Amino acid sequence: MKLRQSFVNMIGARGTSTMNNLRGVYTLWYRDILIFGRDRVHIISSITLPLLFVFVFGIGLSARMGDLAPGINFTQFLFPGIIGMTILMSSFTAGVSVVWDREVGFLREVLIAPISRASVAMGKTLGTATIAVIQGIIILLFAPLVDISVSAWTVLVLLPLMLLLAISMSSLGILLATRIKSLEAFHGLMSLLMFPMVFLSGVFFPLQGLPAWMDILVKFNPVTYGIAPIRQVVLGASPDSLFSIVLFGHTMSIWEDVTMLALFAAAMILLAMWSFGKQD
Amino acid sequence: MTDYIIKVEKLVKRFGKLAAVDDISFSVVPGEIFGFLGPNGAGKTTTINILCTLLKPTSGRASVNGFDVVRQQSQVRQSIGLVFQDPSLDVRLSGLQNLRFHASVYHVPAPIREQRIEQVLMMMELWDRRNNEVRTYSGGMKRRLELARGLLHYPKVLFLDEPTLGLDPQTRSHIWEYILDLRQREGTTIFLTTHYMDEAENADRIAIIDYGKLIAIDTPERLKNIVSKDIISVKTDDNDRAAEEIGLRYRIEVIRDGDELTFEVANGEEFLPTFVREFGTKILSINLHQPSLDDVFLKLTGREIRQEAASSEIKTIVRQYDRRTRH
Ligand SMILES: Nc1ncnc2c1ncn2[C@@H]1O[C@H](COP(=O)(O)OP(=O)(O)OP(=O)(O)O)[C@@H](O)[C@H]1O
Ligand SMILES: [Mg+2]
Repeated sequence: MKLRQSFVNMIGARGTSTMNNLRGVYTLWYRDILIFGRDRVHIISSITLPLLFVFVFGIGLSARMGDLAPGINFTQFLFPGIIGMTILMSSFTAGVSVVWDREVGFLREVLIAPISRASVAMGKTLGTATIAVIQGIIILLFAPLVDISVSAWTVLVLLPLMLLLAISMSSLGILLATRIKSLEAFHGLMSLLMFPMVFLSGVFFPLQGLPAWMDILVKFNPVTYGIAPIRQVVLGASPDSLFSIVLFGHTMSIWEDVTMLALFAAAMILLAMWSFGKQD
Repeated sequence: MTDYIIKVEKLVKRFGKLAAVDDISFSVVPGEIFGFLGPNGAGKTTTINILCTLLKPTSGRASVNGFDVVRQQSQVRQSIGLVFQDPSLDVRLSGLQNLRFHASVYHVPAPIREQRIEQVLMMMELWDRRNNEVRTYSGGMKRRLELARGLLHYPKVLFLDEPTLGLDPQTRSHIWEYILDLRQREGTTIFLTTHYMDEAENADRIAIIDYGKLIAIDTPERLKNIVSKDIISVKTDDNDRAAEEIGLRYRIEVIRDGDELTFEVANGEEFLPTFVREFGTKILSINLHQPSLDDVFLKLTGREIRQEAASSEIKTIVRQYDRRTRH
């Protein structure tokens, strides 16, 4: 009871009812979905870059490269990585939209509403994460073009994995947005963080045989634990395959990857909710 | 419960060196219409932001509906509604979606929600445009939508920061009808800032604020009594000499306001003819009027409050003229 109370205080939900806060989460989530649904150009542009990566970069390199694993060429290897990258890049923009809302004044409408700030942060996180997952699924629809067969079961397992990655990245974006107030500064910081996170996560290359310094960075990168399980599920690879992460000599299972990512996601979302309540 | 719905004690807000709100205290009773009057940068919006939990005071205390604005923020937020001075709409949503968003986060029950949305949209004459994205609205339409949104839920205290700035007189009077009715039916307390003197005179009490300090607080009538006499403004071809002459001859205080001289006399209508006949400096124009809050402000601060407001009115007139001639 005491623990619950101090948690409630920490995320700033004191004095508002759970029902109202849930509705607050839903309303903010729904707003993001509405705006995304209206914006055809955004939908199309958000999948263009990933598709270029798969069909130009991937196929171009595959032509000169043998299979990376039995029956899996570079394009097929790259494909699930690009799904992860799409989700990561898209969910990071949660922060941009918070900074934007602050700049145009709409954030004040939200901040003085009788819902807790934590539920605002939560709604925003889930809204962006949902959109990111939708974009990931759109990319997934192109699987047959690179000779990957995707079953309904694969999609079902993939959904929570994608959502977890999306939530951890969108709450990281929101956390940063509570501290960085200018749109330019946020864009700068975003690319400063996003590209290393993408490049050092195994999107573009297998994680085996890397130089020691890179290996350390890769294993410190939380995104790594989001990309690996997505790849293993999409490619149907066996648990001890080339595509798993080896940490301190231990080959990690999908469950272990997911646990790492979930811990990171939980930390990020709590920090985001807390920090959102502390800003003015 | 306290007797006051808003209580402010020794409130201070500093931005760096600047004291935007400088040790002000006042209280508002439930159901009151309380006006905040002051020139640009006086600290009106800053005070509202503190009362609405958007800003933390540097020192001092304030409570709304009995809740402390620092320690009981959620309870305060459940008690208030606010129309911001600056834009705060989501321009990517339609007018209707902006209102639905608001109704939803303010827990307006579903059955009455649509009905109220229709009512405020009709009043603001935005019903026909409700499904258009707000980015396609004109400036005045956006302002009307902000007001519609602010009036959608029925809070204990409604803060209106320059609510009708830039709106046409007809819309302004609609809004005032609605506000007065809201107070009547729901007992809503209204806290407003404005530049329009006629609007301020709707208030039960007015606080005049300048450079972050409260310089007067009273009913409009009693404030006008500060300027108990009639007011005469003159323009002459030599204001220095004229000021000296008035001072010497009538032993009254003269205030300079731009290129005008202003002074008060007990009985303006009788004073004027003799004044014009006897005055030694050439008079370019002369004007006699009954005291208004404008004059109260001028008297208290030595400055005119309406300069900015007046220039924006002229712009509106020019714009209307443009539109008419283009057709
Ligand atoms: N966030 C801020 N940072 C620094 N200074 C600020 C900030 N907000 C307001 N100020 C300063 O505080 C003073 C009071 O501003 P405020 O917005 O309260 O004035 P106001 O009475 O609402 O004026 P107006 O009639 O123009 O709306 C101004 O000098 C302004 O520059
Ligand atoms: Mg203001």
